[in-house]
Amino acid sequence: MGTSLYIENYCIIESGKILLDGVEVFSSDADSFADFSKEALRHFTIQYPKFFKMDHLSKLAFLGSELLLKDLSGKENTALLFANASSSLDTDINYQSSISDKENYFPSPAVFVYTLPNICLGEISIRHQLKTENSFFIFGAFNPEFMFGYAENLIQTQKAQRVLCGWTELLGDEYKAFLYVVSKDGKIAHTIENLKALYEN
Amino acid sequence: METKKRIAVSEKIYTGPANIITPLGFSTDGNFNKLLSGESAISRHENSWMPHPYFASVIDEVLLDKAFADVSADANFTKLEKMMILALQPAVAQSGSGLNKKTAFILSTTKGNITALEQHDVEKATLHQLAKTIAGFFKFQSEPIVISNACVSGIMAMSVAKRLMQSGMYDDAFVVAGDLVSEFVLSGFNSFQAMSDAPCKPYSKNRTGVTLGEAAAAVYLTKEKTKASAEILGDGSINDANHISGPSRTGEGLFLSVESALKEANISSEKIGFISAHGTATPFNDEMEAIAFNRLSLGQIPLHSLKGYYGHTLGASGLLEAVIGIEAMNRGKLIASAGFDEIGVSENINVIAQNADADIDYFLKTASGFGGCNTAVVFGKVI
Repeated sequence: MGTSLYIENYCIIESGKILLDGVEVFSSDADSFADFSKEALRHFTIQYPKFFKMDHLSKLAFLGSELLLKDLSGKENTALLFANASSSLDTDINYQSSISDKENYFPSPAVFVYTLPNICLGEISIRHQLKTENSFFIFGAFNPEFMFGYAENLIQTQKAQRVLCGWTELLGDEYKAFLYVVSKDGKIAHTIENLKALYEN
Repeated sequence: METKKRIAVSEKIYTGPANIITPLGFSTDGNFNKLLSGESAISRHENSWMPHPYFASVIDEVLLDKAFADVSADANFTKLEKMMILALQPAVAQSGSGLNKKTAFILSTTKGNITALEQHDVEKATLHQLAKTIAGFFKFQSEPIVISNACVSGIMAMSVAKRLMQSGMYDDAFVVAGDLVSEFVLSGFNSFQAMSDAPCKPYSKNRTGVTLGEAAAAVYLTKEKTKASAEILGDGSINDANHISGPSRTGEGLFLSVESALKEANISSEKIGFISAHGTATPFNDEMEAIAFNRLSLGQIPLHSLKGYYGHTLGASGLLEAVIGIEAMNRGKLIASAGFDEIGVSENINVIAQNADADIDYFLKTASGFGGCNTAVVFGKVI
């Protein structure tokens, strides 16, 4: 039994490397995610000053979505379906340290706003002007069964034409992103098995 | 062709047994009766969490522990976990669900056990860990699904459950939503200068900002009409694509979310009996909602925010307010919007000033939040 939906393109960001449709397009020796993401932005000549205000989770999600969406036409009705394991804990820990010590108490709204994992969806929506369905989930590990089912549902019920799916996991300097676009066009069938294989690359 | 047939889009999804845990009580009935008598859970607090006294809606831990002792002798649960378990317990007991792998478990929260970070316990603060703890208590068999979408999380959880059931992935679902008042969220909202110096007054000219609150809510979703309290007719969750910490001035995402929900429900806007709106009592939010509802020709529909009773309970609010909304629809009651006096938005909206009786066949629940997210769900009476 086949499926009528496809994985149009996909991207992996992990261990200082970025792969687009299975091909390495960028690598860096940077030790920290901060340096790695900055170098990647420069490498792909992405002009977007707001990037520098984002937290690391948003930067990771932004980079992946940028590479997948920049050359897609007719992307207006692209829903966002994202998930990870650590939610916004990377920024939560950072924010917690700003309020733990009453002698050194400096809660900042610019940090606090990123203590929600769905903020990265807002960043992507603003960048690509996507007034579309969006939702952020948390699982213990990448959940291809769920991602498959929910993306299929969004398209079959015509809530979206395309779905940009993303597993964007980040905590400290450990990160792994797997993003892909599901639509009626493409060569790789949208199946749970294919999602597993691409994720493990 | 086969795939299309398999997706039973028109399959009816119902809400069933539900429960809510708030400072006003630990049952839906108890809460609803307090709302009818106009009681608010918001009170003044003074402690080390804030540099000055503040208003919040907080659950008494002594009462909570007493109620929890009737359910479990295990003391190793956090306050939030106890609230969530107490919310779910009657819903699970009354559901008649087989609790197998085709029963979804969906947990909604913004910050979960975030206070564990005070002890540097990152594992405990992980949302998946929270979901595993709750799932373990009830012996749910399926992989827990956590939704964390800022202030729309609670109502979005119900929308997601409905979609997953319609797509055939699950036969039924338990949805639980909860969040706490903590130093973490108080200091954050305070840093935005968004906190009210009095109990919040949604849509009022005299409002001064948000009041935070804590609550848990749980709902069982089923395809069986005999267990139903309401039908979920349509839903939408569309982003503003405008700003990460403020709503769109034109209410674009909310407008599109309601439009999507109404289209799926296949009913016209004048059929809506009342709107259970978000109403956080920040000028930007209230104004945005007024604009969006007028663009949708919903300006005359009776509307309330329940934040004047419970404060903003973050990831719990949408589900809590939906449970109250279902009760209001079935009892034929329009609940007054607490704290409202003079209209404080530029467009006409019909804020419910006093409790009233009404025949209600449908109601609309909406929410909006940080990140530009919005969710709208249309509920209908079970006929």
